[in-house]
Amino acid sequence: MQRENNTALSSAATSRLRHRKQSNEVIPDPSKANGGNLLVDDHNKYKSMWIRAYSTVWMIGGFALIVYMGHLYITAMVVVIQIFMAKELLNLLRKAHEDRSLPGFRLLNWHFFFTAMLFVYGRLLSQPLVNSVTSDKFLYQFVSSHIKYHMAICYFFYIAGFMWFILTLKKKMYKYQFGQYAWTHMILIVVFTQSSFTVANIFEGIFWFLLPASLIIINDIFAYIIGFFFGRTPLIKLSPKKTWEGFIGASVTTIISAFALANVLGRFQWLTCPRKDLSTGWLQCDPGPLFRPEYYTLPGWIHQWFLWKEISILPVQWHALCLGLFASIIAPFGGFFASGFKRAFKIKDFGDSIPGHGGITDRMDCQMVMAVFAYIYHQSFVVREGISVEIILDQILTNLTFEEQQTLLIKLGQILQERLGHS
Amino acid sequence: MQKDQGSSAPSTPTNGRVRHRRRSNEFPVEMSRTNGNHLLANDHNKYRSMWIRACSSLWMLGGFLLILYLGHLYIWAMVVIIQIFMARELFNLLRKAHEDKRLPGFRILNWHFYFTAMLFVYGRIFSHGLVNTVTSDKFFYRLVSRLIKYQMVICYFLYIAGFMWFILTLKKKMYKYQFGQFAWTHMILIVVFTQSAFTVANIFEGIFWFLLPASLIAVNDVAAYFFGFFFGKTPLIKLSPKKTWEGFIGASVATMISAFVLANVFGHFQWLTCPRKDLSTGWLHCDPDPLFKPEYYPLPVWISQRLSWKEIAILPVQWHALWLGLFASIIAPFGGFFASGFKRAFKIKDFGDSIPGHGGFTDRMDCQMVMAVFAYIYHQSFVVPQDYTVEMIINEILSSLTLEEQQILYTKLGQILQERMLGLY
Repeated sequence: MQRENNTALSSAATSRLRHRKQSNEVIPDPSKANGGNLLVDDHNKYKSMWIRAYSTVWMIGGFALIVYMGHLYITAMVVVIQIFMAKELLNLLRKAHEDRSLPGFRLLNWHFFFTAMLFVYGRLLSQPLVNSVTSDKFLYQFVSSHIKYHMAICYFFYIAGFMWFILTLKKKMYKYQFGQYAWTHMILIVVFTQSSFTVANIFEGIFWFLLPASLIIINDIFAYIIGFFFGRTPLIKLSPKKTWEGFIGASVTTIISAFALANVLGRFQWLTCPRKDLSTGWLQCDPGPLFRPEYYTLPGWIHQWFLWKEISILPVQWHALCLGLFASIIAPFGGFFASGFKRAFKIKDFGDSIPGHGGITDRMDCQMVMAVFAYIYHQSFVVREGISVEIILDQILTNLTFEEQQTLLIKLGQILQERLGHS
Repeated sequence: MQKDQGSSAPSTPTNGRVRHRRRSNEFPVEMSRTNGNHLLANDHNKYRSMWIRACSSLWMLGGFLLILYLGHLYIWAMVVIIQIFMARELFNLLRKAHEDKRLPGFRILNWHFYFTAMLFVYGRIFSHGLVNTVTSDKFFYRLVSRLIKYQMVICYFLYIAGFMWFILTLKKKMYKYQFGQFAWTHMILIVVFTQSAFTVANIFEGIFWFLLPASLIAVNDVAAYFFGFFFGKTPLIKLSPKKTWEGFIGASVATMISAFVLANVFGHFQWLTCPRKDLSTGWLHCDPDPLFKPEYYPLPVWISQRLSWKEIAILPVQWHALWLGLFASIIAPFGGFFASGFKRAFKIKDFGDSIPGHGGFTDRMDCQMVMAVFAYIYHQSFVVPQDYTVEMIINEILSSLTLEEQQILYTKLGQILQERMLGLY
């Protein structure tokens, strides 16, 4: 570690308890070239590793507790992390001098944040919300009518913010204000895309949130450890402390642990069952063909050595291999992007919420890329496999009212008749 | 018009009359002076400029009507072409030639993201239409439906490829410029594609829902110009010094009235009111929506004595059109103010020069963009009957199941519903 980080070490030791989701990514060093600063050559590295390991253990403990408590609490954690990230990023390119002549401008940012929150979570949670209030007829009608106009409501909030922005444009501050406006939009898009995909994954089953997040953490930890012991060749100019040895070692480890972890996680119904409503109780469900073990007989020579006749593999483990491949090869580019961004704008860290490790955005950069991929992968390859007549029938019977079901039947009949007539 | 523009402006529009596209008669933005001396009512050259603008508007209107007649697919093609020109203008806007020389291939990255966005947006919109089009060629049909299934993944990987390409081409000392360009590209693509996606979605719901909002914006601009021309005295907003309160209010009234009238006129053509469910180009027949069936209201006695009209036929859609007119006159001009403020902030005169004498496409499309989004959201929230979920599930059935499975689903659902009905009674 650098000598100037020694103070960071002591402050990290005192604030150990406050560490949140933290990866053991090495801190990029913007001011020097490679070579002299690889972790292998550093003498203080053992002390820093111990402190990082300690904080990581605390963080994992807190995270496991929240996973145990359930879907709603994980969503709440995601929302809290998101608010902190947005606050860090919105503060980042602000200039204090200009801000004094623009009262109320910060409020505009939070207005857009609130609108985005309403839009994204309104869409995501509308179906589970409807399913939760079916018992109370009045509440059901109230909620359904608001969901119908949800898009219009969010649009009017956005237009109000837009008009407010235009009416508060001040001479000689135009460029700054437009820059802040664009920056606000970019931040909200980045933060909300990944958090909305994360929450969507959570309600499909905590497995689809936990596995990708764990793979990123494993990738970071092993890149650190392997770089610690074997790192020689620098990887990329943007992050001078990363090495090829760390990268390749971490990739292999991530893929292997993806395979193993999917097996371990796939056995818990709490993790694999989707949540259809907003309750917090226990979940029972039919796990689906992906999580039913299939048995493969091992070849004879392994049988002689280890006494295992056959090995049970959950089909989901093959999907996990693809997730692991992405987590090791492509997700680190999220980290490179963040490093490049910090160099471009000459900032050391995104914030200082996590002492000694920068802000929350510093820790979440790879997670964001992974969350989006996990959602898209799930929607395209996992859900498709599972679509069948029973599943769609189930969807129809649970999501539509009786009149809508009849309408659907009539329309479907018409379309099928046309098709049969054509062929 | 400003005096320093006076000599050059009349000659270029006459040469370029044939090339004028969709244009509003919005006042040109004044960059350097304040209000007062430059209100249009005080200008001596105004009659000549008005004549030139009127000529170009007529040409543009004619071209637009032709495309409308040709149909939904051609309108979509026109939207795509306008979009490409807008994107090109905006990409070029904040580029600096000096830095660009040292970054070969950076422009291609912009077009890569553009192509990805195009595939994503139009893939989603047309996936429903393509599913409904029954083709005779079985192999092609299966290829297309497979591509539609994986459309999201394909677009995502194209985006990630662009992202990785961007990171691998980051050059020392150019970081800030490159990140700025990256963010700028994203903002442009989002703005351009949001509004064009909503416009195209509106077109396929019925050309009426594209034509009426666009006409209202054009009417608003023309009326604001004329009211400002004859009566303009009080400046409206510092961002656009040539706009006046008289023009604004007069145009609002004119827009609301013409919204009511135009809706009646447009609503009588089936070509405009029928939704298009597939990608064919032939003639459309459909059972008109209850919105377009006239309702008769008896007029009060004193009108019927004077004009001998006993009752008046009003299409229910005309009440919706009033709301569209209200938005077009009050809120859509903020799109123009935004564009003016943006040009002042970055000290540029016009977004481009595709349309001689009037700047670029973005200059003309700024209010249209805000209106298109509103029209779509209004339509989805207040006009469309709420069997949206039914449509979604039908699309899912048609795209994910084979024909035999669909038939099995149909029979099973029929049985279950019959049992329920018998159980209820």
